[in-house]
This record gives sequence, C-alpha cells and structure tokens, in this order.
Amino acid sequence: MTAATTLGPYAAFILIAYAAAIAIVAGLVAWVVLDRRHLIRLIAEVEARGATRRSRREREEKS
Amino acid sequence: MTLIQLANPSRVLALSERALPWLIAATVLAFVVGGVQAWLAPDDYQQGATVKIMFIHVPAAWLGIFCWLLMSIAALGTLVWRHPLADVAAKAAAPIGAAFTLICLLTGALWGRPMWGAYWVWDARLTSVLVLFLMYLAVIALWRTIEDPTRAARAVAVFTLVGAINIPIIKFSVDWWNTLHQGASVLRLGGSTIHPSILIPLIAMLVAFTLLFLTLHLAAMHNEILRRRLRTMLMMQAAAAR
Repeated sequence: MTAATTLGPYAAFILIAYAAAIAIVAGLVAWVVLDRRHLIRLIAEVEARGATRRSRREREEKS
Repeated sequence: MTLIQLANPSRVLALSERALPWLIAATVLAFVVGGVQAWLAPDDYQQGATVKIMFIHVPAAWLGIFCWLLMSIAALGTLVWRHPLADVAAKAAAPIGAAFTLICLLTGALWGRPMWGAYWVWDARLTSVLVLFLMYLAVIALWRTIEDPTRAARAVAVFTLVGAINIPIIKFSVDWWNTLHQGASVLRLGGSTIHPSILIPLIAMLVAFTLLFLTLHLAAMHNEILRRRLRTMLMMQAAAAR
C-alpha cells in the first residue's frame, strides 16, 4: 500500500505540507552550516594576513 | 560571578561547541520518535488523515510565537542591560522565527483547503499570524539596513517590544473574534480537547521542533559571534593600516 492510498483522498495536501516543511527546515540547516564555514574561512584569511583578536593579543602580550 | 558576567561571547562559543553535538543527536532522536508516532496516529473522525498536518502546523505556530517572545526578552537585555549577547540572540532568532511562521502559514493553507474549502481567509487568527511573519521580515530588514550592530540592535529591540502586542492578539484572536480557525484545543483551561491517541504524537513533535529550534538558534548565535569577531578584526586591521 502506498502512502497516497493510506492517506486517503487528501494525500497530496498532506505530502506537500510535509515536503514544504522539510524543504524550509533544510534551508535553515544549510544557511547555518554554510554561513559557519564561510565565516571560519574568512577569519582564517584575515588571521593569515597578520590580524589577531584583541583578547588573543592581550594574552600573548601578558605571556 | 553574576549570570550577566557568565554570558559573554567566548563562553557561549565554548558552550555551543560542546552542546551542539548533543543537541543535534537529541533533535534527530526526538524527530524519529515523533515522526513514527505521527505516522501511526489514527485518522480524525471528522478530518480523516489531514489531521497529520497538525503535527507540523501546531509546532511551527508554537515556535513562531515562542521565537518572538524570546526576541522580546533579548530586546529587554539590549535596552536595559545593553548586553551584546542579547543583540546576538535576537539577531540569530529572527530568520528562524520567520521560517517557522512561514511553515505555519503554508501548512495551514494546505490544511484549510480540504477542510474549509479555501487556502486563505482573512480571519483574525490567520491575519495576525501573517502580520507576525511580516514583522519577522521587517526585523531582518532592519538588521541589514543599519550597518552599526549596536544601533541596529536598539532599533530592532524597540520594534520587537512594540510588536510583542501581536502575540496575545494571535493567542486570543479565536476568542475575541468570530473566526473560521478553531479555538484553543491544546493549551486551555479545563484541559486539552484532543484524544490522547493524537495528543501524545503532537506533544512528541512539539518537543522535537523545540529541540530543533534550540539547536538552530545556538548554531546561529555561534555564527553571529564569529561574524562580530571578524568585523572587529577587519576594523582593527583597517585602523592599523592607516
């Protein structure tokens, strides 16, 4: 028995609702993951150019 | 050490690094349990299998409202204590709240068509939730329009607190006006009107969606702290180059 027959005459509405919810949540997850990767890459690039965080520089100066 | 002193960006970064794997695992597990229960739940005697839409519609609606409440608390943190982490929490929450409100609107429309014969009606509940979605978009636009994050945070905080008046309107719209949308059936005085065979899967999905929200919010807060750190580094680099 397929999902469509189990879900009755309104199966299309139910399946589209779940598909839309999954697509939006997948979009959110992708946004968070890709944004994180992008930011980590940019920070690494800036640090490679010699910039350091204020807190790290203060720590290094103390030691 | 006070709670406000504990809540500094570096601590949150360290906390999120440790907590996120556990939160992700708990979210996946909760969705497996909730998903199986939702699939096995019996059809409603009136609505048939379309009641399964409720298992995503109601949690999405709850999170759309919860997220604005969380942003309102963060807005108080911004305006009263001027705590940068409050700004971070508010900014990270807005797109997530918008997404869940959009899920609520879409799934509501897809539930409404077979049950009411219409995807959309301008009744008080539907309209107030649409207003909530538009307010989320306005908040996202405000964050993007004002370049200085501190100024943006204050403007967003004021807007969020003013917009919080919409939350009781959403909740009580079905009592104050004659709406096509049904009245409260989960959280109400006198207990839920839903049969346990459907209520238990609904609660399982509410837990799963809430865990998903917490995971996404913590991850988005982590990103926002990294973004601010990068901004500071770029500004210091530019100042040093002068």
